[in-house]
Amino acid sequence: MATKKKTAAKGAPGTVRTAGDPALDREMLHSMLLQRRFEEKTGEAYALGKIGGFCHLYIGQEAVSTGIIGQLRADDYVIGTYRDHGQALARGITPRAVMAELFGRIDGCSRGKGGSMHLFDRNVNFLGGHGIVGSHVPLAAGVGFAIKYRGGDQVCVCFMGDSVVNIGAFHEALNMAALWKLPVLFVIENNRYGMGTAVERAAAVDDLSKRADGYTGMDGIVVDGMDVHAVRDAAGKAIERARTESRPSLLEVRTYRFRGHSMSDAVSGTYRSKDELDEYQAYDPVFSLRDAMVLASTMTVAEWEAMERDVAAIVQDAWDFADASPEPPPGALFEDVLVDTTS
Amino acid sequence: MPIITYREALNQALREEMSRDDRVYLMGEEVGVYNGAYKVSKGLLEEFGENRVVDSPIAELGFAGIGVGSAMAGLRPVIEFMTWNFALLAIDQVVNSAAKMLYMSGGQYNVPIVFRGPNGAALQLGAQHSQAFESWLAHIPGIKVCSPGTPYDAKGLLKSAIRDDNPVVFLEGEMLYNTKGEVPEGEYLIPLGKADLKREGSDCTIVTSGKMVLVAMQVADQLAKEGIHLDVLDLLTIRPMDVEAIYASVRKTQRAVVLEEGWEICGIGAQVVDFIQRECFDHLDAPVLRVHQADVPMPYAKGLEKIAKPDAAKTIAAVKQVMYRA
Repeated sequence: MATKKKTAAKGAPGTVRTAGDPALDREMLHSMLLQRRFEEKTGEAYALGKIGGFCHLYIGQEAVSTGIIGQLRADDYVIGTYRDHGQALARGITPRAVMAELFGRIDGCSRGKGGSMHLFDRNVNFLGGHGIVGSHVPLAAGVGFAIKYRGGDQVCVCFMGDSVVNIGAFHEALNMAALWKLPVLFVIENNRYGMGTAVERAAAVDDLSKRADGYTGMDGIVVDGMDVHAVRDAAGKAIERARTESRPSLLEVRTYRFRGHSMSDAVSGTYRSKDELDEYQAYDPVFSLRDAMVLASTMTVAEWEAMERDVAAIVQDAWDFADASPEPPPGALFEDVLVDTTS
Repeated sequence: MPIITYREALNQALREEMSRDDRVYLMGEEVGVYNGAYKVSKGLLEEFGENRVVDSPIAELGFAGIGVGSAMAGLRPVIEFMTWNFALLAIDQVVNSAAKMLYMSGGQYNVPIVFRGPNGAALQLGAQHSQAFESWLAHIPGIKVCSPGTPYDAKGLLKSAIRDDNPVVFLEGEMLYNTKGEVPEGEYLIPLGKADLKREGSDCTIVTSGKMVLVAMQVADQLAKEGIHLDVLDLLTIRPMDVEAIYASVRKTQRAVVLEEGWEICGIGAQVVDFIQRECFDHLDAPVLRVHQADVPMPYAKGLEKIAKPDAAKTIAAVKQVMYRA
C-alpha cells in the first residue's frame, strides 16, 4: 500500500484559525452548522428506514460548500455529484424541501423522484446531484457554453470528488472548457478517498490541481478545505476570473469526510484508521471557526448556544415537514417522462 | 416540386431552424470548417458563424454532455455524431443525462436537444462502423427516436425534432445521404410519433423505417407484378411508436412482415410483433415474420456483407411465406 499522505495545503491542519468579519463569520458558521446538524439527522432518519437507497453524508466537508457558494450570485449555477446535500443547503434549497426529497415525498425539491443523489431546484439554479462519476463535468462545461453563447456574465460551479480526475469525461470537459474559455469553476473536493480507494492508489499525480497544467489558460489552485476563509478567498478569485475574463479554473480543496462513503460504509477500520480519522477531526471546519470566533470575542458562548438551538429547530422542522408530506400519488409515476408536446 | 438529396434536405432543415431560433446551434466533429464529414452542414459555418456552428475535438462523451448542459441552461443544441458507432462513447450522456433529467428533477429541467448522425451499415466498413442502434436507443424512456428514410421525411422530421422540448435521437443513413426525392419549397413539419403509409395494398403489411423503407418499396413494386399488394408502413418515429397505424394496417391485411436494419435479438421487430400479437391476434392469418441483419458482427468481405444484410430478396421470401405462397 502506498504511503499515506497528509493534507498538505496552504494552511494545513494545525494552522491556528483566525476569525474574520464578524457578520460574515456568523453567516458562514450558521450555514456550516446547519449542514452538520442536518446531516446528523439524515443519518438518524436513514437508520430508522425513513430514507432509502444510497445516501452519502457531507459531514466534515462543510467549509467547501459554504466557502464557495457564498461567493456566487443568485443567477449563477451550481452542479454537483451524488454527495449533494451540503451544497443544496448552502445554495438555499430549503431544509424542508431537501429532507422531504430524502424521505421520497411529494414536497421534496425533486418531487420525490430524485432522492438523495438527485436534488434539483430551478429557483436557485441548482442543476442537480448526478450519480455517475464524472458525468456531470461536461454538463457544467455546457452550462458555461450557454452563458458565453448568450454573452452573459454568470458563472457555473461544478463540485466533484477526487475520483473524478481519473475518468475520461473530466479530461474532455476541462479540455473544451479551456479551449473555448468557458466561465466554469471546477472544484475537486479531495476528501482523500474515492469510496475506499486512497487518492494515491488511484491517481498517477499526487497534486490533483496539477491536472490544470494540461489546459492552457486554466489555473490550478490548492486550498485547505478545513478553513472556510481560505476556501472562500480562493473561490472568490477564481469566480471573479471566470466572470470577468471568462476563464475556467481548477480548484482542489483538501478536505476530509468524517463519515463513511455512504451509509453502508463503516466510518473507519478497513481503508482508513481510527487514528487518521481522529487526526482530521481535530481540524473540524465548523468547530474550528467557532473556536476562533470565541477566541477573538466576535461570538460569545451564549450566542453559539443560541445558534445551536436555532439550527436544531430548523432541522427538526424539516424532519416534521418531511414526515408529514404525502408520498407521490401513483399517478405521478408516468408524469415528467417527457414534456407534453401534444397541445 | 424540387428534387433534392437527403443530405440537402437535412441541410435545409438545419438552416431554416437556425434562422428561426437563435438558441439553436450545431456542434460536432468537422461540422464547421470541413463542412461536415458527410457535408450535411455545408455552408452553415459561413452563414451562422463559429459561435453557432462549433467544431468540437474528437470527444463524443464530452461534447454530448456539453450539449445537455447547455440545453439545461436554455439553448437548443443539435449534436452531430460523425456516426452512431462513435456515439457509444457518449451513451452515458444520452441515457443517464438527457433521457432522465426531466424525470429525476421532478419536471424542472427538460433537455431540448437533438442527437443526430448516420446509423447502420454502409459498404464494407467492417464490424465497428456498421451497426444499427434503433433498438438500443428506443429502449430508453425519456427520449424520442426518429428514423426517416426519404428526403421529404428527413427534412420535416428534423425540423420537428429541433422544435421538440425533449431529447430526440435522429438516425440518418450514410447510404441515404445521396438518395433523392421530392421536397416542397417552403416550410412544412412532420409530427413526431406518426407513421406514414407509404404504399397501400390489401395482402400483407410491411412495417419498417429508415433505410429499409427503400427496400420495402422495391419489394412492393416487384410483388405488385406478381399480384401481391403490400401496405408499406413507415414508422418514421420508432419511439413513441404509432401503434394505432400498425393495428389499422394489420387488421386490414391480416398478415405482416417486420423489416429492420438491426439485429434480431431484442430488435425493433420483436417489439412490433409483440404489439401485433396483443392487439391483432384474432385478425392474423399467419405468424408475423421478421427480416433483419444476420446475428453476427458485420464482416468486411463483400460477399459476406451482402448475405449478412437484410434485403429485398429476403423480404420477398418472408412475404411469400406469410402469404403461404412460398
